[in-house]
Amino acid sequence: MLEVEGLHVSYGGVTALDGVKLTVPTHGITAVLGPNGAGKSTLLKAIAGLIKPRSGRITYEGRALIGMPPEEIVRLGVSMVPEGGGVIRELTVEENLRVAQMWHRDGGDGRKAIDGVMEMFPPLAARRHNAAHSLSGGERQMLAVGRALVSRADLLLLDEPSLGLAPKFVTLIMRTVRKLCAERGISVLLVEQNARSALSIADEAVLLSAGRTVAARTAGELAKNEELWHAYLGY
Amino acid sequence: MSYFIVLTLTGIAAGMIYAALALALVLIWRATRIVNFAQGALAMTTTYIALAVIRATDSYWLGFAGALIAGLLLGALAERFLVRWVEKGPPLNAVILTLGLFLILEAVVPMIWGAQIRGFPAPFSIAATEVGGVFIALSPFNIFTIAVVLAVMGAMLLLFRFTSLGLRMRATAFAPDIARLLGVRVGRLLTLGWAIATLTGSIAGLLVAPTLLLYPNNMDAVLVYGFTAAVLGGLDSPVGALVGGLGIGLALSYVGGYLGGDLEAIGALVILIGILMVRPQGLFVHSAERRA
Repeated sequence: MLEVEGLHVSYGGVTALDGVKLTVPTHGITAVLGPNGAGKSTLLKAIAGLIKPRSGRITYEGRALIGMPPEEIVRLGVSMVPEGGGVIRELTVEENLRVAQMWHRDGGDGRKAIDGVMEMFPPLAARRHNAAHSLSGGERQMLAVGRALVSRADLLLLDEPSLGLAPKFVTLIMRTVRKLCAERGISVLLVEQNARSALSIADEAVLLSAGRTVAARTAGELAKNEELWHAYLGY
Repeated sequence: MSYFIVLTLTGIAAGMIYAALALALVLIWRATRIVNFAQGALAMTTTYIALAVIRATDSYWLGFAGALIAGLLLGALAERFLVRWVEKGPPLNAVILTLGLFLILEAVVPMIWGAQIRGFPAPFSIAATEVGGVFIALSPFNIFTIAVVLAVMGAMLLLFRFTSLGLRMRATAFAPDIARLLGVRVGRLLTLGWAIATLTGSIAGLLVAPTLLLYPNNMDAVLVYGFTAAVLGGLDSPVGALVGGLGIGLALSYVGGYLGGDLEAIGALVILIGILMVRPQGLFVHSAERRA
């Protein structure tokens, strides 16, 4: 379980997060929604260790994450998929997956895990040995999710997985995330601009605005709450 | 015609040494986007260490091993305690740092070992040989040089292509921030990258010293040629370093042989300028694949 409390982040004097509080329960999907500039991506980056908060607490399974470098946070099972996927363009699809899994000491079923990703995302199988820069946006996103899977993450941090994707890919990614959650018991913190598709798979939802948590509800409640919807999500 | 063949063979042998130094520069550029101007001075230092070991033990091969170990250590120390402080700053800081390291090494080494020119032993004869009445322009040491550099290149290729350590090093070189998000301990790999690069440079130092002799700035010219070779190859490509090194070695050999030895250095500059005007990205980098 991930707990964030009183998180303050500022970039050169400009406050990006101003006391965010949220909990991601084990085995569930928590969506973080909010308008542009609400601090959603900043929140994920702070959890993943990419930026250092000014104050606040981030704990995962009882361990304080603030101050830990990103590579150690990943090793605790917290895996971030950055906006656009963050694939390594010069490496092949398979190499991207292998980098993500190689820090496991046991490593025995590495090949099987990679084959599993290929099965889950058939378009990747066809491009297994191609450099990742040749992939389409949707394929990159699949690769990024696949990469988090072979790293055997327990908590996935997904930053705008639907950004710039065709609707059929959005559906595929969302459905896959839901399925992973159910089958492998992983938890997901999903940051999305596309509130409707995020709420369609989320259990809980947190609404951020101007760096503050303004609401934390179940996904179903938030979807029906017209007041919040109009005030913060705008449509 | 036979003079041409002689110049070609000696050019290849010299080019292999430039290729080794170019490879060291490429390894560091790939990993940290820093041109290590101290690469030659580091190699000079490890060659002095080799000489000290050879004198103490009377064994060339212990000295050879000593230089490699010293290269690994010096490279690791330089990255961990100097370069790391400037990696996040503007690129100019790193350039000044490596220039500073270059000056310090060239001042400290003569304080320890003296500034006089010293001979350096070769494990094989450096005289050109005759086999069965046929004159061969390459000395046994030239052949050793070519074999050693090819072996180093081959080892790097195996490391980067076929090992998981090499894959992690490539991931770190291409996208350090993403690599960290995948659990790659980037800091350690950068230290290791500098260690391997300095080891490669130390081989160039060992191969240069028997013919060019050993003194505190004996690697300066070699650094210029190695840098030219690395730029020719595109700075990013180990294969480019090899081809660039051979190209420079051959060109300098022809310039020196046909036009006079004094023109060698100018020859290198003319080649560098000419190639950069035609292909600014170097010969072995596909600009389309490079990130903006």
